[in-house]
Amino acid sequence: MHEMSLCEGIRSIVEEQARAHAVARVTRVRLEIGRFAGVEKQALSFAWDIVMRGTPAEGAELVMLDVPGQALCFDCGREVDIEERLSPCPLCGGGKLVPTGGQEMRIKDLEVI
Amino acid sequence: MCTVCGCGDAATLDRGFHFHADGTIHANHHHHHGPDLHFGLGAAGVSVPGMSQARLIEVETAILSKNDQLAAVNRARLAVLRTLAVNLVSSPGSGKTTLLCRTVGELQGVPLAVIEGDQQTANDAERIRATGAPAVQVNTGKGCHLDAEMVARAMDALAPRTGSLLFIENVGNLVCPAGFDLGEDAKVAVLSVTEGEDKPLKYPDMFTAARLALLNKIDLAPYCDVDLDLYEANLRRVNPGIEIIRLSARTGEGFGAWTGWLRAQLLAKALAA
Repeated sequence: MHEMSLCEGIRSIVEEQARAHAVARVTRVRLEIGRFAGVEKQALSFAWDIVMRGTPAEGAELVMLDVPGQALCFDCGREVDIEERLSPCPLCGGGKLVPTGGQEMRIKDLEVI
Repeated sequence: MCTVCGCGDAATLDRGFHFHADGTIHANHHHHHGPDLHFGLGAAGVSVPGMSQARLIEVETAILSKNDQLAAVNRARLAVLRTLAVNLVSSPGSGKTTLLCRTVGELQGVPLAVIEGDQQTANDAERIRATGAPAVQVNTGKGCHLDAEMVARAMDALAPRTGSLLFIENVGNLVCPAGFDLGEDAKVAVLSVTEGEDKPLKYPDMFTAARLALLNKIDLAPYCDVDLDLYEANLRRVNPGIEIIRLSARTGEGFGAWTGWLRAQLLAKALAA
């Protein structure tokens, strides 16, 4: 979707953190990416090296942790885990599900030296 | 292209200034054609010297937190003004600008203003201004969506009136604008009958984020072999709570329901303040 913008968001947060903690270099950045966040991981990795150039995170390893998808089924009213955005409800087979989890895009932590 | 900073098309660099994604404002190096803003791509990188041993810093921050904070500021500003902001999202060519032009005409007496988002050209803002409504063009450069900062700057330029209606026509794109909160009161998705019944299933995020869907160009439905009920069923599949209005921005059919919806939202906003 907008992986370049996401990388720029990450860059500004990483730079802020580096400044606040007087960090010389960030060696690893771990992200939590929800299943329904719409993030194309390959595109994010591609943009990563370019956007981080000239920052404390230049050359840092990018780790993306998956967060499973959850949804509320409007047919049976229960919250269920689903694999794909359009997967049917595993409990009742209903098709009207609204995501309640798995949309997050967060920076979990930084490994720094 | 701006010959000073290398961004965009000089014809759209108006008002004597434009903004870059990194917050840089370029001023006083170009022409004055109208109240348009231009966002290009900026590059910034600061390395901070310091020293410490390898360790882990817990961050736990949303990647778009900066945008979310700016959106919250926009929302607070709109609440004080009791101004209703409607973020119109759709694919390119669904008829957003035509819809807005007719809406402006039908809402005579309601103070309103329009923020027009596109990658390039000031065509849409010019179309809106021709109706008599104030409009500002925001050109995103290569950007695929409007963000909260662009809207904040556009609001500075437009200075919306108290109790008014602010339309934000997002960049035509069914993907990215879903993820960027602008501080709006509601996202309204425009889906035209020429696009195919399965668009809500192909791009569920946008239709999940929208409160209202306008099924546009229904005057063309007889020529397109489309099933309007299937459009609605697919919209409700990805968003069971979505409201749907069938209309035609060309003929005006269904516009009573749309302008009624807007007036009701505007009243609710005025009462909530």
